Amino acid sequence: MAKAAELESRAFITGNEVVARAALAAGADCMFGYPITPQNEIMHHWRRLAPQQGRLFMQTEDELSAGFATIGAVIGGKACFSATAGPGTVLFQEPLSMAEMMRLPVVVVVQQRGGPSTATVIYSQQELNLVCFGGNGEGLRLVYSTGSHQELYDYTIKAFHMAWRYRFPTFVLGDGYQAKMREPLQLYDPAERGFGPIPKEPIFGSVRGEGEKPLLHLRNSFSVEEELSEVLGRHLEDYARAAPELVEHEFLGGAGGELLVVAHGIVGRAARQAVRELRAAGRRVNFFRPITLRPFPEEALRQALEMSGGAVLVAESAQGQLGKLVRLAAAEWGRPRYRTLYRPGVGITAEDIAAEIEEAILA
Amino acid sequence: MSELSMPRCWNRESKPHRFCPGCGHGLVLKALGLAIDELGLEERVVFACDIGCSLLAWDFFTFPCLQTHHGRTIPVMVGLKRARPELVAVAYMGDGGGYAIGLQHLVSAALRDDPITAVLVNNTVYAMTGGQMAPTTLLGQKTETTPFGRDEAETGRPFKGPETLSAVAHPQAYLARGTVAQVLRLKNELKRGLERQLQGHFAFIEALSTCPTNWRTNAAATWAFLEQDMSSFYRPGEVAVMAGKED
Ligand SMILES: Cc1ncc(C[n+]2csc(CCOP(=O)(O)OP(=O)(O)O)c2C)c(N)n1
Ligand code: SF4
Ligand SMILES: [Mg+2]
Repeated sequence: MAKAAELESRAFITGNEVVARAALAAGADCMFGYPITPQNEIMHHWRRLAPQQGRLFMQTEDELSAGFATIGAVIGGKACFSATAGPGTVLFQEPLSMAEMMRLPVVVVVQQRGGPSTATVIYSQQELNLVCFGGNGEGLRLVYSTGSHQELYDYTIKAFHMAWRYRFPTFVLGDGYQAKMREPLQLYDPAERGFGPIPKEPIFGSVRGEGEKPLLHLRNSFSVEEELSEVLGRHLEDYARAAPELVEHEFLGGAGGELLVVAHGIVGRAARQAVRELRAAGRRVNFFRPITLRPFPEEALRQALEMSGGAVLVAESAQGQLGKLVRLAAAEWGRPRYRTLYRPGVGITAEDIAAEIEEAILA
Repeated sequence: MSELSMPRCWNRESKPHRFCPGCGHGLVLKALGLAIDELGLEERVVFACDIGCSLLAWDFFTFPCLQTHHGRTIPVMVGLKRARPELVAVAYMGDGGGYAIGLQHLVSAALRDDPITAVLVNNTVYAMTGGQMAPTTLLGQKTETTPFGRDEAETGRPFKGPETLSAVAHPQAYLARGTVAQVLRLKNELKRGLERQLQGHFAFIEALSTCPTNWRTNAAATWAFLEQDMSSFYRPGEVAVMAGKED
């Protein structure tokens, strides 16, 4: 098959191109987008490549329109996505809260930039709160935080499948560094890794629960509190039931550790490198990286804490947005001793983390 | 309303409808239902309503109905139509939804000539939220946020939708203002609007409508406000597209 052969190749490309290629490989049908740095090239590549394969692109008048048009196409049964960043992620909260309420499998790739406000077009990890809990709801979303181009490829493909399988709006959370830098990765045909066609279907006419009628009328407003409570209660239950199947994380280390370093996304990559080097030098430092931020791999984190004697270092390019999730998950374990390396909107290197670890262990 | 006069495509399970007595929304939806019946489009239509009193129509028809967000009905229908061009998309909204919070979507859809049929109910107020000033509130009209009458110096002039779109819409687009005072004429305008979508073009029909609840008017005063005050400022009829005439 020519398509498979073309897909089975090594590439050395930017993260934004990776996302566009992954969405194509996954079988996404359309993208609605509005320009914002640092995600623009996702649109550029999709616009060049997608129409040749009968896929659709539309540049909308703003992010509200991009989000709501994505919703319209999803309701029509198409696998559809958008990409944004910063103030665009803020505007996306309105359509995403509708998608959350109506269980619409909208996929959004966010390449984080500095905030608040327009801030920088470069990089941050400050959009975690927004993608996990933005909107006037309960955060019934699926969020993958990627740390490499390979993961951008893998999880963009996976995002479409999980969104449609579980019917929660799904994010791929990257950042400006991942968006703009080039690195090698393996492209592949998703079918060969167990991801066949995206399990999509028109929302109208679909059947949600056992014994239920096919959907004909779809709303997100309710007349009384009890009505909302019943619908939302079902969504919350679905989310809680799905969580153990959805959570993903990476752990490096073992029992008897003296410190657990927790980081996500590209900072997780720096942290992994620092921990590897220190472990090679005989230090008993462990490493934990949540891959899903929503739902959060809480149980796995508690086990990692157990193996690390309850000492934690949280590192992130934000002022404690990941830190809050860690504290919440750790509360059930006991009282860890915290150290933090928070640099909102600024990159963190393996050296920065290694220095912090040395201090933590000496302290 | 008798069973006989009820459009075929009305969902009988959701009737009687939820609008106040004397509300114009029901008449606009009747005209729309008759138009869809006459064109035999029942199997192809998807209807989307806004937030505002239009949301009360979320299960109004026998075809798929979808309630969206305030002002966002147009982009949802644009996305659906791009994804599924064989469907007939009807975006139904209030004057607050279309002319204030969602105006960028209305103008952009007209500019792009998106093949959808947008129907906007002009009742000169934000009805669902309790009767505040809308872009369409007439000068001198009392609302909750213009308690002494709308003052041009403070709030600017009322917004004329079809006339404004006339400057940007595609030459083949359909623009009209109907009124619930002439339901059969409104039905014909809606029919033309649906046909224009079938020909691949944008259609926009504003319907002058009534809101006795927020106007605090009896039947006679309601009708007088619609037929005299509103209709003399907002002239019913088709509106020619001016855009493109220069080239
Ligand atoms: C983002 C947002 N802002 C405000 C509201 C509150 N709101 C609900 S309905 C409405 C006004 C509706 O007026 P209009 O569009 O004219 O419809 P009508 O009720 O008059 O038919 C407003 C402001 C909302 N639902 N969403
Ligand atoms: S408040 Fe006005 S617009 Fe809303 S249903 Fe009642 S009469 Fe109709
Ligand atoms: Mg109104």
